[in-house]
Amino acid sequence: MPEIQLPASLQDVEAVRSVRTPARLDYTFTPGDATSRFLAGITQKKIIGQQANPDSRVYVPARGADPELGAATPIEVEVAQVGTVTSFCVVNLQFYGSGMEIPYTSALILLDGADLSIMHLIQEIPADQVRIGMRVEAVWRDDADIEPTLESIKWFRPTGEPDDVNVRIPGEIRGTGLGSWVGGVAPTELTVRNPRTGEGGTAEFGGEG
Amino acid sequence: MGKERVAVVGIGQTKHEATRGDVSVAGLLREAAGRALADAEMTWSDVDAVVIGKAPDFFEGVMMPELFLADALGCTGKPMFRVHTAGSVGGSTAIVASQLISAGIHERVLTVAFEKQSESEAMWALSLPIPFTPPLHAGAGGYFAPHVRSYIRRSKAPDHIGMLVALKDRQNGLKNPYAHLHEPDITFDSIKESMMLWDPIRYAETCPSSDGACALVLGSEKVADEAAAQGRQPAWIQGTAMRSEPTLSAERDTVLPLGGALCAADVYKQAGITNPRKDVDAVEMYVPFSWFEPMWLENLGFAEPGEGWKMTEAGATALDGDLPVNMSGGVLCTNPIGASGMLRFGEAAMQVRGTAGDHQVDSVRKAVGHAYGGGSQFFAMWVVGKDKP
Repeated sequence: MPEIQLPASLQDVEAVRSVRTPARLDYTFTPGDATSRFLAGITQKKIIGQQANPDSRVYVPARGADPELGAATPIEVEVAQVGTVTSFCVVNLQFYGSGMEIPYTSALILLDGADLSIMHLIQEIPADQVRIGMRVEAVWRDDADIEPTLESIKWFRPTGEPDDVNVRIPGEIRGTGLGSWVGGVAPTELTVRNPRTGEGGTAEFGGEG
Repeated sequence: MGKERVAVVGIGQTKHEATRGDVSVAGLLREAAGRALADAEMTWSDVDAVVIGKAPDFFEGVMMPELFLADALGCTGKPMFRVHTAGSVGGSTAIVASQLISAGIHERVLTVAFEKQSESEAMWALSLPIPFTPPLHAGAGGYFAPHVRSYIRRSKAPDHIGMLVALKDRQNGLKNPYAHLHEPDITFDSIKESMMLWDPIRYAETCPSSDGACALVLGSEKVADEAAAQGRQPAWIQGTAMRSEPTLSAERDTVLPLGGALCAADVYKQAGITNPRKDVDAVEMYVPFSWFEPMWLENLGFAEPGEGWKMTEAGATALDGDLPVNMSGGVLCTNPIGASGMLRFGEAAMQVRGTAGDHQVDSVRKAVGHAYGGGSQFFAMWVVGKDKP
């Protein structure tokens, strides 16, 4: 390597090891048919689930397909604005890009009438008092501030009802039979009920329908 | 598994650190790959093809990095294959590489996986605001903490289990010269007192952010027999399996995912394992947050549902237990995300070959490597053994 003569002004300067160069990307996001229909409901302060057929699971918010059936979800069903906390996390970590004030409690909330929990903020209760089974209700922004975003629900707060101690946590029933070995017996594809035909499956299913 | 037998004949990894400022991404890969080739007593020209994996490209912000890395990996003019399966990618990548040999296409395949977290912002990348939803995501910890809470509730496991796992893995890591975290002063109390980042997950129960790479040289039966004849024990691949499942499916069990259990059942069947707890001598599983040890013990058939934590508590998973888990110190000591799965697969192979140094378990005949990724939705496993399948 040829000898490099630094100008005197740079000779005592610490060498640069890395440079942080934040990048920014602005884009237009088109939510698609299923989410657009969901968000249209939000502007009416309604939470609209979607399902593939009248007996299948109700998805909130819907992505347009029921992944179990591999079928589109054209049927719209309004679900309740109250639900049950199925699990939660108290976040104490500040990190780059986060706009949230810590600590905050993000919870998985199973709305009455829905089959999939949504993630949302819990407020109006100290973080250390949030619990699985707690009944909560949506708190909306002022009417003038309602926009087609789930953020139009500011947060969920306790309803004051007794806890649902038997809350049906999605998947938990399966956990005793399918995602593990029971009595030393390995699971097989045959232990899974065929959601299209309703046939097969050796594990106990509860809370169907 | 295809028709041809396949074995691991070379293993290499970098010294993993928070910042490997001394090397570029290419240099990091060269360090791991060079060591794997040296271990296999091969040179770059012996390699027929390269299979490369890493976690999502937006971590480092370089799209399709395999294109610019082809030269550094000596595969100009050779087949190169890129694999994407989020955090499980290191495992999936090794499996894809093995398939190129089991299918009879190649004799010697180099497979590498990496992450350079110092040049990325994974916490940010995993928390991108999703349009029209509240910006609540807080990295992988924020995503997995509710699953951990569900596990604790369901299994009635006592609070100290997560801390016991963290202590064990960090102590194992002290025996591994390549591990990122070496914390000789760590104690149960220091873990207990560490900050609750994503309640119920503490700082000391969380994996670090690492720069690192792992590389394996896989060979055909002929190549592996030659290595064995020269006194270098091959790690014979006795089974490989991958499964995935949709994250947003109603009734999906996030604690004991069906895909993970079916992946394990498949790979055990291939390897002739009927009683996993008895038939497997050592396991490297993907435990980025300490509570995933008992969860995966149940998901992979080493314990009945709700009983995994009892194995941890009884010391069964310690280095001197009857089923050592994460002998290398695991993801809790070293987490170059894309490489983390391959490090698990590589450690399983090292145990079988008897080359694991201070973290070697006595007389390992069969070892399991496991990786998972995404929202507990991608699974990759292999079983390696001293014996030809």
